[in-house]
Amino acid sequence: MPAVSKGDGMRGLAVFISDIRNCKSKEAEIKRINKELANIRSKFKGDKALDGYSKKKYVCKLLFIFLLGHDIDFGHMEAVNLLSSNKYTEKQIGYLFISVLVNSNSELIRLINNAIKNDLSSRNPTFMCLALHCIANVGSREMAEAFASEIPRILVAGDTMDSVKQSAALCLLRLYKTSPDLVLMGEWTSRVVHLLNDQHMGVVTAAISLITCLSQKNPDEFKTCVSLAVSRLSRIVSSASTDLQDYTYYFVPAPWLSCKLLRLLQCYPPPEDGAVKGRLVECLETILNKAQEPPKSKKVQHSNAKNAILFEAISLIIHYDSEPNLLVRACNQLGQFLQHRETNLRYLALESMCTLASSEFSHEAVKTHIETVINALKTERDVSVRQRAADLLYAMCDRSNAKQIVAEMLSYLETADYSIREEMVLKVAILAEKYAVDYSWYVDTILNLIRIAGDYVSEEVWYRVIQIVINRDDVQGYAAKTVFEALQAPACHENMVKVGGYILGEFGNLIAGDPRSSPLVQFNLLHSKFHLCSVPTRALLLSAYIKFINLFPETKATIQEVLRCDSQIRNSDVELQQRAVEYLKLSSIASTDVLATVLEEMPPFPERESSILAKLKKKKGPGAVSVTELEDSKREGGELNGGGDRGPDTASTPSPSADLLGIRSAAPVGAAPASAGSLLVDVFSEAGTTTTLPSSSLFWLLFVCKNNGVLFENQLLQIGIKSEYRQNLGRMYLFYGNKTSVQFASFTTTPQLNVQTKPVEPLVEGGAQIQQVLNIECLTDFSDAPLLNIKFRYGGALQNLTLKLPVTINKFFQPTEMTSSDFFQRWKQLSQPQQEAQKIFKANHSMDTEVLKAKLLGLGTALLDNVDPNPENYVCAGVIQTKGQQVGCLLRLEPNAQAQMYRLTLRCSKDSVSRRLCELLAEQF
Amino acid sequence: MCMRFLLLFSRQGKLRLQKWFTPISEREKKKIIRDMTSMVLARQPRSCNFLHWKDLKIIYKRYASLYFCLAIENQENELLALEVIHRYVELLDKYFGNVCELDIIFNFEKAYFILDEFLMGGEIQETSKQMVNRSIEASDMLQETMEEYMSKPAF
Repeated sequence: MPAVSKGDGMRGLAVFISDIRNCKSKEAEIKRINKELANIRSKFKGDKALDGYSKKKYVCKLLFIFLLGHDIDFGHMEAVNLLSSNKYTEKQIGYLFISVLVNSNSELIRLINNAIKNDLSSRNPTFMCLALHCIANVGSREMAEAFASEIPRILVAGDTMDSVKQSAALCLLRLYKTSPDLVLMGEWTSRVVHLLNDQHMGVVTAAISLITCLSQKNPDEFKTCVSLAVSRLSRIVSSASTDLQDYTYYFVPAPWLSCKLLRLLQCYPPPEDGAVKGRLVECLETILNKAQEPPKSKKVQHSNAKNAILFEAISLIIHYDSEPNLLVRACNQLGQFLQHRETNLRYLALESMCTLASSEFSHEAVKTHIETVINALKTERDVSVRQRAADLLYAMCDRSNAKQIVAEMLSYLETADYSIREEMVLKVAILAEKYAVDYSWYVDTILNLIRIAGDYVSEEVWYRVIQIVINRDDVQGYAAKTVFEALQAPACHENMVKVGGYILGEFGNLIAGDPRSSPLVQFNLLHSKFHLCSVPTRALLLSAYIKFINLFPETKATIQEVLRCDSQIRNSDVELQQRAVEYLKLSSIASTDVLATVLEEMPPFPERESSILAKLKKKKGPGAVSVTELEDSKREGGELNGGGDRGPDTASTPSPSADLLGIRSAAPVGAAPASAGSLLVDVFSEAGTTTTLPSSSLFWLLFVCKNNGVLFENQLLQIGIKSEYRQNLGRMYLFYGNKTSVQFASFTTTPQLNVQTKPVEPLVEGGAQIQQVLNIECLTDFSDAPLLNIKFRYGGALQNLTLKLPVTINKFFQPTEMTSSDFFQRWKQLSQPQQEAQKIFKANHSMDTEVLKAKLLGLGTALLDNVDPNPENYVCAGVIQTKGQQVGCLLRLEPNAQAQMYRLTLRCSKDSVSRRLCELLAEQF
Repeated sequence: MCMRFLLLFSRQGKLRLQKWFTPISEREKKKIIRDMTSMVLARQPRSCNFLHWKDLKIIYKRYASLYFCLAIENQENELLALEVIHRYVELLDKYFGNVCELDIIFNFEKAYFILDEFLMGGEIQETSKQMVNRSIEASDMLQETMEEYMSKPAF
């Protein structure tokens, strides 16, 4: 059938297209297009009203020109006109044009929405489908606003045609994905779930996509879909290959629907109902059995469809991770695929096994395939398959096979494709560290890594080897010896020189006894590489040299001579020049003792999560971190705190992004901050929510007795506080740290109290921190803490959060020292009943004397010794300064260690202050 | 089946059809098209049909002179995506009768209409070949007769 004989041939369009195809050059094509554009423009502008056909033809030509990659800046209006044509083809072209050239011109969108509205209410199913397609294709906010409430009605109405239902379901899904806030779940929820029972397979296929997406977001409301899905799946799986007529694809019954059902079930844990679960397990077993049956067709489509279901079933089995029998069967099946002649299946088997490797039930079974996987790494022709093999080796690695796997990966690195080398290097480095039993093996591995693939060894990797060598004295001698040997090679990678320089500078003394590696030999070896290195490496070597002067006084003269020569001391690079000058001076004027102190061996690095693991996670994206890695990072107690940004030169200062001003360590350790944090994380995963911390917020309470610390932290933002108070005045520094790598836009903070503050910068770069200063004055005594409102945009979502600022009345205390007799005299003077507030309460924290004393001092009062006749009791005195008045306060705290109780008594010259202080303090002990 | 885009291009890297299921800027589209053509055309024959690209899976298959290249989200099923491509080819074939690249060039709007009957918003709407064909034929029936059009002037 020739193409033009079908439907409507637009001859003018065909002529234009063949003209374009006949153009010999790009210029000729552009010329032809410009001619056509001029022609169309004049037709559109002409006096004569165009008939629908011509309009359609020209709009279609414009579309063609646009799809060739040229800009189109007119014709939108004509396309919109076509929408209201009652000729189907004209309408169809109009919708196609709108769908392809989405234009956010609001005037136009209004017109388009009007046309859509008319078509949706036309009750003509073909027109309705066109309109629904257009909404799904454009999917803009305006359209969602206009139609989000209309479409669910169309979807569940009894008289809607099947084809319209299909379009409506998917259109609604599209809108839900772009504007979830506008698609309101309502009475239609259960009717949508029951579409799983629809007789029309096409309706089920379309609806299940919607149901899966909604279930992921609201699992509880859609829970009933589990049993419906299981029974539908069971009917399909057990049907003969011809039962489902046209929904059978190459002898496989409904492969798309089966996969979608299996995918929907992956949104839920295994069914609790025994009967449902039994039926499902039966389905999964049938699917596994079918894989062993001889194929019903030799066509690749048959095996693809069948295996698509099989892989989806295996995903579900892995997701449940509770049926050892099925897991092992899945693993065996994948094992067969590892040797299949179809490259696609080998690829998928390797990929799928990666997830199986992290299940405790199947980890051992996966390991039995190690030889096949190593073979795949060596012999597969396709780099993406080799990449999967490398991933699987990484996932199946444990203590028992680490040496073998690392050796294989290292040897593969020598010939590996450039595209995957960096990732391979990271993986080898991680495995070598994780499974190192003896650290000499680790050092060997990393040095080999640098030797084989030095260019791909990122800073994180060589920083890490140095961290480990410094922290483990049993490996230092070996490391020095090995690195010395590696440096003997005539051409060695600059990264090797860096590691060599650092390690010999620290531990060269450990091998200096051997005349073959005497101090001067070591120095000459390092210095022979100096001139080939880049500036940062040279700077590192200069530091190594000065360390040598300390380690080996006999090298002093040689090294001073090197430092003194023009190429160092007059180096055009300011960093090198400065180091040369300073080191030369240091070596000549400092005494041996001073030198020994300044150039002392590096202190051990604090234990932290491997920075390379963090790097790999970043590289692979959050979804790609396998379970084993997560578990390991948990075990190490590591939190991803941006390691790797620390070089040897800054080694003694804390990593800039690690702790906010180093005050996180000042925050009391305990479950409270962590649990408050994770609570907020959940809240913040919803875009644009407002959060007010509850008044009993534990985080906030911690600040009653201290002035510095972390006030708030979630996944995005950390807020630290430093504050100081004098008399009735205070100054608070707020540090807003962006924990993500993405910029926060429109960042504003609004303190709701009478404070002086400068507005903050509206943008907070990823990883950056900004500071805000609040000047506070206490006018009178108060009980409610001022609030701070913070708003910013992260990605598209508006984040809004309200925090209580830790400003409490006790911050304005001036301590008052007094003798025992003075104290009791004043105590008696404050004897009116309302001046006293008393509470008896259970101890919530340690009753240790030192802890209590620290808290009472943190409160701001003077802690008076030898006042109370009972030495177990604590007595404090202070004056609260407000602008208008001074309030004298006396405090007595009587612990009862046996009962784990306290009695707290406050007497103040103002009764509201007594009550407030009593409330505040009762939460502190 | 969450699909992000479908591209059809020739062995020479000429784009024949582009369908984007999520809103993307024109600049980004051009970049993706460049990436896809260079990545897919560089593949050796008999390699596997799957690639990882950013956070997406790229599934491609060559039919005669045309490459079909489908991007799906990371957790989606590759084999099934391969059959989505095949089903689309079958639908084109059924409509045009032995479809070739020229049919798609000259009737690009039809290729879009057929795709719209099969997929919507990156999900599968209808997998039955009969059902899709029936609705495409029904829409052809709605059209005016060919003679009516042929009598119109070409320009």
